[in-house]
Amino acid sequence: MTLMKLTLRIWRQKNARTEGQFVTYQLDNVSEHMSFLEMLDVLNEGLVAKGEEPVAFDHDCREGICGACSLMINGYPHGPLPKTTTCQLHMRHFKDGDVITVEPWRARAFPVIKDCVTDRSAFDRIMQAGGFISVRTGGTPDANALPIRKRSADLSMDAAACIGCGACVAACKNASAMLFVAAKVGQFAHLPQGQVERKERVKAMIGRMDVEGFGNCTNTYDCEGACPKQIPRRFINEMNRDFIWAALTE
Amino acid sequence: MKLDAKCPSGPIAQQWDKHRFDMKLINPANKRKFDAIVVGTGLAGASAAASLAELGYKVDVFCFSDSPRRAHSIAAQGGINAAKNYPNDGDSVMRLFYDTVKGGDFRARESNVYRLAQVSNAIIDQCVAQGVPFAREYSGLLDNRSFGGAQVSRTFYARGQTGQQLLLGAYSALMRQVGLGQVKMHARTEMLDLVVIDGRARGIVVRDLVSGEIRSYAADAVVLATGGYANIFYLSTNAKACNATAIWRAHKRGAGLANPCYTQIHPTCIPRSGDYQSKLTLMSESLRNDGRVWVPKAKVDKRSPDQIPESERDYYLERKYPSYGNLAPRDISSRAAKEVCDEGRGVGPSGFGVYLDFADSIQRLGKSVIEERYGNLFEMYERITGENPYGVPMRIYPAPHYTMGGLWVDYNLMSTIDGLHVIGEANFSDHGANRLGASALMQGLADGYFILPYTLGHYFASSKLGKLTTDHPEFKRVENEVNERQQRLTSMNGKRTPDSFHRALGAIMWEKCGMARNERGLKEALQAIPALREEFWQNLKITGSREEYNVVLEHAGRVADFLEFAETMCLDALTRTESCGGHFREESHTPDGEAQRDDENFCHATVWEHLGDGKTPMAHKESLTFDTVKLTVRSYK
Amino acid sequence: MRWLMNVLTSSIGAKALMAATGLILVLFLVGHMVGNLQLFGGPDMLNGYAEFLHSKPLVLWVVRLGMIAAVLLHILSSIRLTLLNNRARPTAYKLKRPISSTFASRNMFLTGLVVAAFVTYHLLHFTFRATHPAFATLKDAHGRFDVYSMVVQSFSDPLIAGAYIVALVLLGLHLWHAIGSTFQSLGLMSPKLQPIVSAMSLALAGLLVLGNVAMPIAVLLGLVARTQGVTLP
Repeated sequence: MTLMKLTLRIWRQKNARTEGQFVTYQLDNVSEHMSFLEMLDVLNEGLVAKGEEPVAFDHDCREGICGACSLMINGYPHGPLPKTTTCQLHMRHFKDGDVITVEPWRARAFPVIKDCVTDRSAFDRIMQAGGFISVRTGGTPDANALPIRKRSADLSMDAAACIGCGACVAACKNASAMLFVAAKVGQFAHLPQGQVERKERVKAMIGRMDVEGFGNCTNTYDCEGACPKQIPRRFINEMNRDFIWAALTE
Repeated sequence: MKLDAKCPSGPIAQQWDKHRFDMKLINPANKRKFDAIVVGTGLAGASAAASLAELGYKVDVFCFSDSPRRAHSIAAQGGINAAKNYPNDGDSVMRLFYDTVKGGDFRARESNVYRLAQVSNAIIDQCVAQGVPFAREYSGLLDNRSFGGAQVSRTFYARGQTGQQLLLGAYSALMRQVGLGQVKMHARTEMLDLVVIDGRARGIVVRDLVSGEIRSYAADAVVLATGGYANIFYLSTNAKACNATAIWRAHKRGAGLANPCYTQIHPTCIPRSGDYQSKLTLMSESLRNDGRVWVPKAKVDKRSPDQIPESERDYYLERKYPSYGNLAPRDISSRAAKEVCDEGRGVGPSGFGVYLDFADSIQRLGKSVIEERYGNLFEMYERITGENPYGVPMRIYPAPHYTMGGLWVDYNLMSTIDGLHVIGEANFSDHGANRLGASALMQGLADGYFILPYTLGHYFASSKLGKLTTDHPEFKRVENEVNERQQRLTSMNGKRTPDSFHRALGAIMWEKCGMARNERGLKEALQAIPALREEFWQNLKITGSREEYNVVLEHAGRVADFLEFAETMCLDALTRTESCGGHFREESHTPDGEAQRDDENFCHATVWEHLGDGKTPMAHKESLTFDTVKLTVRSYK
Repeated sequence: MRWLMNVLTSSIGAKALMAATGLILVLFLVGHMVGNLQLFGGPDMLNGYAEFLHSKPLVLWVVRLGMIAAVLLHILSSIRLTLLNNRARPTAYKLKRPISSTFASRNMFLTGLVVAAFVTYHLLHFTFRATHPAFATLKDAHGRFDVYSMVVQSFSDPLIAGAYIVALVLLGLHLWHAIGSTFQSLGLMSPKLQPIVSAMSLALAGLLVLGNVAMPIAVLLGLVARTQGVTLP
């Protein structure tokens, strides 16, 4: 097993009201089999043992699906490995002597809570504006009453794979949330169940997105490259079309 | 403690209908006068909160994550069962019910399980209407697959992320209600205690995880949907933050805790790679369809797998269980893996692993077929281990995955505290001693969408609930207790971190109260746990203050509760001297070494009553009767 | 018309506005280049073309006003969007690396600024002749305004020709991203069209650059004949 020595430059910020700064830590004996978060766990255990506060970062499932983990690692959201969340990034992709810069997602709509923990509730509020099909519990038709073309269901699933981590916002030079919103809009736009509210949905969600203070899309597509679930840019295009059509006809 | 399951009388198939008719209703205009607290936003919590709000109740929802969508239901891969019988292969409500009772090794309550099977179909309808993109066939109709040893194809799925898609469905319904103002969402807020007034659950005390503030919320009923406690083992497939605090605190306030020793150990997880390991990752069970499980015949064989000739390999599942082979149920294959590793024949650097080899399948079907079936899983395995499973056999090892035990609930999903309802994995009800694959999602959504919304209304309608606020002295009293506990945690200034205590506890639990237990080990655990707890309360080190975002303090509180929970869990395991379902009691086996159930003495749920700190809890029994499914021995030989 | 304002100031509406006005400008650029390439046809051809344009003042002004409107909307909207986008990330990353983006796509405002400055100079230079007032007196053999000489004389100055070439290359970068972007912003893209549109944007942007830089380069290299009988101012 290869053990590495690493230099970590990590963003430390006491809370939302204080200024943050980078603090440098040395870490020896990092195993190549550790995940990135396990490496931070080791750092944190050492810090707590010394009586220092550990680095706060969001994480939960550590299986790449809950979307809690974030971190800008060496200039890349979720680190340099494509299709991978931070929790699934393993240290074998780094080498002995590396200097690793770790920062929080930076966006006005994602204010820092502490260290690398940010508040991503703006996404929830966008969902509250229209990220649903307005069915109540019960009284729904039989699941097979409405055949859905396999291709449509698959496309809807492509969009629905979004884990809401915010890497798209973090990667976008404008901190735009277009890929996230497009994935949510796209999931329903490709299903017949989603047609009834299609126009209202896209208008409401975009309206909320704008209020939250995300930037605007300039079609650079860093979001697509950063997305751990590889949500494609086509959904942004389709959302643009839906929005323009809805705006002009409603 | 009185255990009245309140199961309706009459033929099982009509019980739920009869019960729904018997339950009292609340006039629509009056519903808004009632409010409920829902803790947890996984499948059960989110679906319940949304459904209750749709009915007109006012709902306050709490989750410790930054967003309700992160709850660990999201990680379920395989699918959700329902008795739709779309493939026309002979499925029915009765068969799903039968399979679930049998799969649970006859330790679940028949009435509840039958109802679960009954509402399973409506769940699929509901999810499709919400826009859950289930897999479909070219006809446009829903696709099904078989799962977990079932002989029918009744599992609906959405690629490898059924849990996420179902949760997003429930979450979207919840978000809609938040948007409408019917639900108030409290994210990053953790429940730390339950407030019981005049014998009824009337509120909770929480900690705002960002500001550290301790606050109270009052309501007419409290619903716990806080998931399972598998993280008591430290290493499990659960998310890092999953914990037992909510149900343990409720237990200490009077809620009976049923069968805490029933845990499920999943056979196909990626083995740990070192001491720093923070959690274990599950690989879908479907891999066992085409992979062959083996270990070397010789002990401590350090040769690489391709150097071990066929004649020196032990395909132990195929050898011991010729009819099911590599597809033996979860509990059996988990136990068999532990056995061979304990014999010293385990593989990998730690010696705790067995091979899951695809070489034969690749040769027989071609690499492309295997890639099509398992491509994403192989990719995930390679991402984590750095090994390419197309060339080198995968290494797998069992890991704690799900806990069947939980707070005792009656047919109305109400605990032994009036007004405290418990749904999803947090309760004990439907899976008995072992849960079938693709059934957890079904149960969570059944409870939340289709059971609790009726039974909670009945509770409101049939109880005299005076209005009260958090100004009530009991709230202040509980708040003070919570504050004191927090104060104690932060003031020790000892040497050991909460994580190190958690790891130590996990090691004890895995060793002594894992998938195989014996009297000696459990008694040792019952010595070791209080000792560890004592050290915890003297030698804990916490950094930072209480009045801020403090992950160390959060973790410490959860570990403190695990340290108490563990003792009752071991006690439960010690008391249950039979082998059943997910666990093997070494003293109780058939002559050929298989699990021996003891229906004579253990055909019941053991429900523990908390009698105070430092006192041995009291065991109560809810006898289980099997009128519809006959008690039989599970055999997979 | 409040709704229209709301749409045009929404994030997607503003992008659509950028795309639509940008599209008008691209069409103009194509026409402008085709017209100007008549330089290579000699003074008679180019000056005749200029005379023809000026003989239709109504058409000319409609086009001009349209252009002014498009340019203004394009610029104002881009300034607004850039300010909003800058505000969306108040704290910059210490380290941020591009993933799927191109230099052109990340620097649209910068290239746009250069192009705007260039267009201003270009107008002062050739339309208002403010930089070279003496141009006003240029007349060809037929007594028409001698555009040809004005262009050739200007581009004989390596400084001016160089500035044009640099600005045009930056314009090319701007267009390379812009043309494909237009399809995406208006929702006209699809995964199938994507590679075609990409190739097309590169080709069109390339053609516009090549066609336009061909003129100063040709003059610099002496490939375009100096007209006789005109004195340099």
